[in-house]
Amino acid sequence: MKAKLRMDPWKLITIGVILLYAIFLLYPVGKLLLQAFVDKTSGDITFNYFIKFFSQSYYFDTLMNSFKVSLCATALALAVGTPLAYLFTMYRVKGKKVLQVLIIIASMSAPFIGAYAWILLLGRNGVITNFFNQTVGFQTPDIYGFGGILLVFTLQLFPLVFLYVQGALRNVDNSLIEASENMGCTGAKRFFKVIIPLIMPMLLAAMLLVFMRALADFGTPMLIGEGYRTFPVLIFTEFLGEVSGDDGFAAAIAIIAVLITTIVFLVQKWVANRKSFSMNSLHPIEEKNFQNKRTSIVSYIFCYGVVGLAILPQAYVIYTSFLNTRGKIFVEGYSFESYRTAFSRLGNSIQNTILIPGIALVLIILLAVLISYLTVRRKNPATGTIDVISMVPYIIPGTVLGIALLTAFNTGIMGSGILAIGGTIGIMIVALVIRRLPYTIRSSTATLQQIPMSIEEAALSLGCSKMKTFFKITVPMMANGIIAGAILSWVTMISELSTAVLLYTVKTQTLTVSIYQQVVRGNYGVAAALAAILTTLTVISLLIFMKISKSDNVTI
Amino acid sequence: MLGPSGCGKTTLLRMIAGFNSIEGGDFYFNEERINDKEPSKRNIGMVFQNYAIFPHLTVRQNVEFGLKQRKLSKEQIKTQTDKFLKLMQIDTYQERLPERLSGGQQQRVALARALAIMPDVLLMDEPLSNLDAKLRVEMREAIRNIQKEVGITTVYVTHDQEEAMAVSDRVAIMKDGIIQHLGTPQDIYHRPENTFVATFIGRTNLLEGKLTQENGQMYVSVEQEAPFAIDVNTTEAQDVVVSIRPEEFQICTSGEGIKAEVLDSIFLGLNTHYYCKLGNGKVIEVVSESDLRSNVEKGSEVVLAVKSHKINVFDQNGETNYSKGM
Repeated sequence: MKAKLRMDPWKLITIGVILLYAIFLLYPVGKLLLQAFVDKTSGDITFNYFIKFFSQSYYFDTLMNSFKVSLCATALALAVGTPLAYLFTMYRVKGKKVLQVLIIIASMSAPFIGAYAWILLLGRNGVITNFFNQTVGFQTPDIYGFGGILLVFTLQLFPLVFLYVQGALRNVDNSLIEASENMGCTGAKRFFKVIIPLIMPMLLAAMLLVFMRALADFGTPMLIGEGYRTFPVLIFTEFLGEVSGDDGFAAAIAIIAVLITTIVFLVQKWVANRKSFSMNSLHPIEEKNFQNKRTSIVSYIFCYGVVGLAILPQAYVIYTSFLNTRGKIFVEGYSFESYRTAFSRLGNSIQNTILIPGIALVLIILLAVLISYLTVRRKNPATGTIDVISMVPYIIPGTVLGIALLTAFNTGIMGSGILAIGGTIGIMIVALVIRRLPYTIRSSTATLQQIPMSIEEAALSLGCSKMKTFFKITVPMMANGIIAGAILSWVTMISELSTAVLLYTVKTQTLTVSIYQQVVRGNYGVAAALAAILTTLTVISLLIFMKISKSDNVTI
Repeated sequence: MLGPSGCGKTTLLRMIAGFNSIEGGDFYFNEERINDKEPSKRNIGMVFQNYAIFPHLTVRQNVEFGLKQRKLSKEQIKTQTDKFLKLMQIDTYQERLPERLSGGQQQRVALARALAIMPDVLLMDEPLSNLDAKLRVEMREAIRNIQKEVGITTVYVTHDQEEAMAVSDRVAIMKDGIIQHLGTPQDIYHRPENTFVATFIGRTNLLEGKLTQENGQMYVSVEQEAPFAIDVNTTEAQDVVVSIRPEEFQICTSGEGIKAEVLDSIFLGLNTHYYCKLGNGKVIEVVSESDLRSNVEKGSEVVLAVKSHKINVFDQNGETNYSKGM
């Protein structure tokens, strides 16, 4: 029969997607795994790298450090983000709209810029440190090390919790609040007994996200951690270190890192599955006025204080970008000197910052739409496999992925020279696509699930072919959701550092990498100017996002 | 197609449309077997329960959509679209996006879109279930009229029996994936194939009965009451199930019939419903037209005369109808 011989285009796409994942994700990670077990010189199978890691506290401690700081950051981010979202949903807070936008901006900036700004503020020669030292003679607490990382992480990550919880609270029906009040459960009691259990699924999701981000972040501990080394820093230094660099050892650490994130991921999934339920609110919670003056004042101080602290680093960096500088020291007077120097030293940074995430974005959208269609509408074992593989990058820290890609593609696949994309724009694009794809897949899957199947069936029964239906009906209907998701992807990609810092060359350097280098070299003025440019780009992108999605409802 | 939820009506409809796989059996449109045809090649018009109107296209673009797939000339598309926009009375808001239409208007767009392609068969999956009661009656008349006017074979799925009666020439009653009865609305109501159909359509009292024969005439006794003559397609004396609809009783104060006591009555305007207890304690439902005079009092003894030509007699399992006129 003729009809049976013709291939369903979706089958070809399934095979294509699996192939892409095999080449760009499974092969590099697999190779890294192998490298961790094979002795470089003799080629024998060895566990020496792992023994080295666990036997020397110098290495092993980085793992404990990472854990400690990530756990604390998660707890603090929850403690700050949850009440903030609660206040925003339950009460009329003046200036809420502006605060909301500021929170989103704070969440979207690169963490290491926050770290750098806090060094400027509270570091050894920081403005606040000096102010207290000279005027009051009071010694401010040390910003370097554990405390500093924790501060930066918390302020950087609580907005994620805030956005998640706010989304969850939007789905809580007002009648539930009223019912609990009716039964005599109000105030703080209601918050802990009713609200928290109701938003538990979202809280768990937020926890995972915050923990993973904190665990995998490289820039912050590198800049502000000093002696307090976390394992992304260790991977980085082991891999790139000129003196002690050891690929195999770095690979082993990477494997340990992936193992740990996998365990965290699975535990979260397990807990979340047991706690999962869905809500659909007909009557969203209505904002009320604060009951009395005292709660009102406390709430206002909390809201404005937290948001102020979160946005302070960005604001201060932008301010310093207009100051005259001499190396690490800001001197009297304002000028555009930093910008002038920045532009002369930029090279291709700005073009790269647009070009690399731009191409990645197109690929991400294309792949995400196809993959989400496959997993939602064409359920079979093959697409089920894709569904699982597509979530793997969730658990691979950026630095690990960077190393994996470098080892896999520096000399081409199997050293054959085919796909030798190391050092090109290609490898940076691949890295961004892999890292960001899971998020975009998830958002377009959610959009697709909301489109009733019958709309596609209507098109089919009206004589439209399968592929035509997909492009003429499904894609346009997903468009809004896809574009909104794409802009958020864009914003996270332009501020990406942990993979880029491993993969870049002079030619493919992006803004974040430039900023990082300038900070490390001590050219604070130029760094500030570059950071200001990046922030402007971010803010513009976010404004476009809000315009298109017609809401300030950002989900990551 | 009519049946309780989960009986397989929609599945059958979707098999015809080509969205569900067919495990056994064949579908023919006239002489043509359609089992292996792609849904897009079957030339079927389908109206979905949620209308499935493309939200990103205007009313006009929605109606044009199917025509555009058929490589017609621009002129043809335009005339055809205009014709159906007008027919469904939606030509005044043809440039609107669907989200700005009411439920009834969306329904009309869905129907116009399905009809515009001149399908061989029109399939409708509970098309009115999302409309309010008044609109539902209005739309079902509109659907009936247009279907007659255009003259397309239509398969219509619903779980609302009144709707099924109103729009159909023939009704198929389904249960557990099996068509129980296929016939005109009159047939189905008056001469149901089995007791399931009898109880599913309208209301009925299922009573125990005994068929007896005397001088070539069959008699039936109901709930151990006095037998009365009945015309049936069997000559065998046996236990039977007798289905008597509430309106097939007549309440008399005296005369021949089944003795009963009125337990309760509900006045519903046009009719009054009575709950009556028979001699053996069984409670049955009786309907009679309301009367100006006071209705029969609670607790009064009445005699129920049976309109014997209307009632249905089934075999003991309720699977065969013995009544004349089957």
